Amino acid sequence: MSGGADTRAGGTRSEGAQGAGPQGGGARSGSAAPPLLEVRDLRKHFPVRGGILNRTVAWVKAVDDVDLHVRPGEVLGIVGESGCGKSTTARLLMHLIRADAGRVTFDGALVQADDAAGLREVRRQMQMVFQDSYSSLNPRLPIEETIMFGPKVHGVSAGAARERARELFTLVGLDPAQFIRRYPHELSGGQRQRVNIARALALEPRLLILDEAVSALDKSVEAQVLNLLLALRRELGLTYVFISHDLNVVQYMSDRVLVMYLGKVVEIGPTADIYERMQHPYTEALLSAMPSMDPDRRTERPPLTGDPPNPINPPPGCRFHTRCRFADDVCRRAEPRLAPVQGAGGGTGGDGRGGRDGGNDRNGGNGRNDTGGSHLVACHMRAVGSGHGLAPG
Amino acid sequence: MHNPAHAGTARSPLVRAEDVTVRFESRDATVQAVNSVSFTLDPGEVLCILGESGSGKSVTLRALMRLLPPRRSFLTGRIEIGGRDVLAMSERALADLRGTEVGMIFQEPMVAFDPVYSVGRQITETIVRHEGVGRPEATRRALDLLERVRIPSPARRLRAYPHELSGGMRQRAMIALALSCRPSLLLADEPTTALDATVQIQILLLLRELQRELGMAVIFVTHDVGVAVEIADRIAVMYGGRFVETGPVGQIMRDPRHPYTRGLLTSTVHGSLRGTLLEAIPGSPPDMTRLPPGCAFAPRCRYAEPRCEAPPPAVDLSPRHMVRCVRAA
Amino acid sequence: MTTAPALDGKPRAAVDAAQVAVRSRGYWATVALRVRDDKVTIVCGIVLLLIILSAVFADLIALADPYKASMLKRLKPIGTPGYPLGADEMGRDMLTRLIYGGRLSLFMGISPIVIAFAIGGSLGLVAGFLGGRVNMLIMRVMDIFYAFPSVLLAVAISGALGAGIGNAIVSLTLVFIPPITRVTESVTTAVRSLDYVEAARASGAGSLTIIRVHILSNVLGPVFIYATSLISVSIILASGLSFLGLGTEPPEPEWGLMLNTLRQSIYVNPWVAALPGAMIFFTSLTFNLLSDGLRSAMDVRL
Repeated sequence: MSGGADTRAGGTRSEGAQGAGPQGGGARSGSAAPPLLEVRDLRKHFPVRGGILNRTVAWVKAVDDVDLHVRPGEVLGIVGESGCGKSTTARLLMHLIRADAGRVTFDGALVQADDAAGLREVRRQMQMVFQDSYSSLNPRLPIEETIMFGPKVHGVSAGAARERARELFTLVGLDPAQFIRRYPHELSGGQRQRVNIARALALEPRLLILDEAVSALDKSVEAQVLNLLLALRRELGLTYVFISHDLNVVQYMSDRVLVMYLGKVVEIGPTADIYERMQHPYTEALLSAMPSMDPDRRTERPPLTGDPPNPINPPPGCRFHTRCRFADDVCRRAEPRLAPVQGAGGGTGGDGRGGRDGGNDRNGGNGRNDTGGSHLVACHMRAVGSGHGLAPG
Repeated sequence: MHNPAHAGTARSPLVRAEDVTVRFESRDATVQAVNSVSFTLDPGEVLCILGESGSGKSVTLRALMRLLPPRRSFLTGRIEIGGRDVLAMSERALADLRGTEVGMIFQEPMVAFDPVYSVGRQITETIVRHEGVGRPEATRRALDLLERVRIPSPARRLRAYPHELSGGMRQRAMIALALSCRPSLLLADEPTTALDATVQIQILLLLRELQRELGMAVIFVTHDVGVAVEIADRIAVMYGGRFVETGPVGQIMRDPRHPYTRGLLTSTVHGSLRGTLLEAIPGSPPDMTRLPPGCAFAPRCRYAEPRCEAPPPAVDLSPRHMVRCVRAA
Repeated sequence: MTTAPALDGKPRAAVDAAQVAVRSRGYWATVALRVRDDKVTIVCGIVLLLIILSAVFADLIALADPYKASMLKRLKPIGTPGYPLGADEMGRDMLTRLIYGGRLSLFMGISPIVIAFAIGGSLGLVAGFLGGRVNMLIMRVMDIFYAFPSVLLAVAISGALGAGIGNAIVSLTLVFIPPITRVTESVTTAVRSLDYVEAARASGAGSLTIIRVHILSNVLGPVFIYATSLISVSIILASGLSFLGLGTEPPEPEWGLMLNTLRQSIYVNPWVAALPGAMIFFTSLTFNLLSDGLRSAMDVRL
């Protein structure tokens, strides 16, 4: 965020932009900015019912004691395989499902699930874009009405909401004159996802949760939408939680990345640290499973064997120990906690090594320092004080 | 491909497709799914058909085995597999071909298996039916196949029902089923798309290894450039129901000539592009119910010119590299 | 680089061209187009419209008085001068009575469906939207009704309430509430779990707003089609009740009742005696075919 210019460029969205303004303006003091969204010990276990009495026979530990925070103006990427709990986390953050435990703080204020008015306000400031561009639009409503719906719920008059919808159409690159009266089935996938983004922006949120928002799109269209998302973030001073299974896309988009495995955070840190100095064996495996894109240097050996275990009653201890080549007795017994990476102190992300990601105009020279550099890993082998100390693979 | 007798191969091709055209008709519209696709495939060769949703890649694959809904689809052209005319075959001969010479794997393994029989039984049945060997021999072969596709504790898994296996295991079991009669051609329709990255790479490597060991030819349909690079010898890029560029994988990756292929490669996101603007292809994929008569990509192409309104010529840049674009001529 | 970078510069025109190409017909336009091509549905619609209009404007069309009996004209055959469709066992003009009979028969057939659509639809909507215990309670009660064959249930309720048009309508309504509730509930449950409903909730909307804007529009269509398919059954059941003496009472003209009173004359003049039955049959059939036609026309894959 390079300060005031962007705020003005945001035009109609000055309110949202100002939210990130102080942080953007105070460039180097970024790390002191309080998180926009903070989550402690978030937990959601789904019961698995079975038998003739429909009793609970097992639990899916979809999200298990997850801690995370998102600073204003940053993009936090969440990666992981299916069943790792990333989508459940998104829905918990939006309060679309009720958490079993955990504290969610938005902009310094605790969000209470019972406080309807408070929840409404938080939901206004925090919006979500879903994966399936089709099922997230009402097929019987012209897309204009879909976009007007949110503002109208919040008491904006129909006329003003319509005006706003037109602005949003232009903002996401759709010509209002052509599109407003169309129905979702009259649009292509990319256009529908643009409409979904416009709908999410209609309430002038400060935080967008993008749950696999580009995963269903064709590659050529995915690039358009990613460009749009970055342009919107820059112009409107938005903060993103970007959830995807595609590591390339997460690397491209995110300032910090959080890796999940079976409902647990296994590693979190600045993008460069995660992609170049990954510590957790799972992160490492995930990254080496990425296709090589080079016909002369094809992948020769799969980084992991077997499938991810069933999230129903996950293994005790470190959940990854069943597939980990470093697994030890302690891994089978004790659950590792997130701890700073060995020998990295607190500032892995900062000290000059972020060059590849630093200096680019997108982060405005601010994003990097902003991360505060905490690279944490939940592994007995890799964290400070584990007493092990295997060299990173 | 367009140039049947390519340099130095005296062998006759395993698959020869000429002007394959598929049309779907429904009460509201006609979809021109595949428009005059021609190619040949040598024994032991891996061809990837790369294209986005709706490009006609899966339909092309299904057309080879005439696996299209009978009343709504219209298939014309010429398809030969192992020298036999597929379009002239009786249903029975076709069923026989599907089980023996040609194996198929799909994105969703559950479609290949009958949920009420165990995996082992289905593989065994296939072997007995197509090869006429005894049941004990077939069971032994089935066990061997499961081992081959690296299913842990195969003897136990033989007795398992399809729904009892995890996603990756099911995919492996389906591969075993497809290989049960030692096909010379394997047709694969996005078999790794629904899988997680760590499982996808395992399946790809397995397929590559089996292909090499068994000397099978493979036609592999995917939308993912990364997957194509891992497995293909040759890539055919499909757009608007046409092959717009075909060539060896290295050539396509290093020197793509069709504007669409280039756009596809530049818009495939790499982390290393961080901080730069992605070079996206503007616009949306074509509406297959009203394709333009000329180049289907022209409306999105930055180099489009008046000539593009006529059907683009197939230009052979080398014996193995074809581009369908006026600018290549 | 203000909005969408990909759209900047030269490719813009190309993009717009592509966008135009995607444009297709709207939903109702497609439905109308499909109905227009479906001859059976068109014919059924016209026939039905004629039956309904003639019943509504019976006073203007009918040549005679439906209640005027004449001992001399009893059971005149079809084609008797002044009695184009003959006369019934009391010497009343059949054509007139069939036209007037349509009023009661259609009313007794359609109104239970309309009422059941309102009640069953609401119950199903509530059950489907709220889920959990409310759903359990409503659906289990419906299951109890469902356990009885519909004819038996209608006869039993009518019998318990006593004869009369009002009671017949009440009993038929009770028969049709469970199936409509069940269909509404299953459609609502499916719609409720779609992302756009989640998105609406995420924008802070209350349940009533969500139901009004997002659920109703997607649930009403399929339930409406289902309800129209029940009308044919309802007309038959209503006539059946009258036939058994549980609906209208003589001398009111009503197809089911007419069938009953002409029953004894079947050996004297079978053609005239069969006419009310034929009307019930044709009306029910056209309703059925029309609803089938609508169903397939409205089944547009969106």
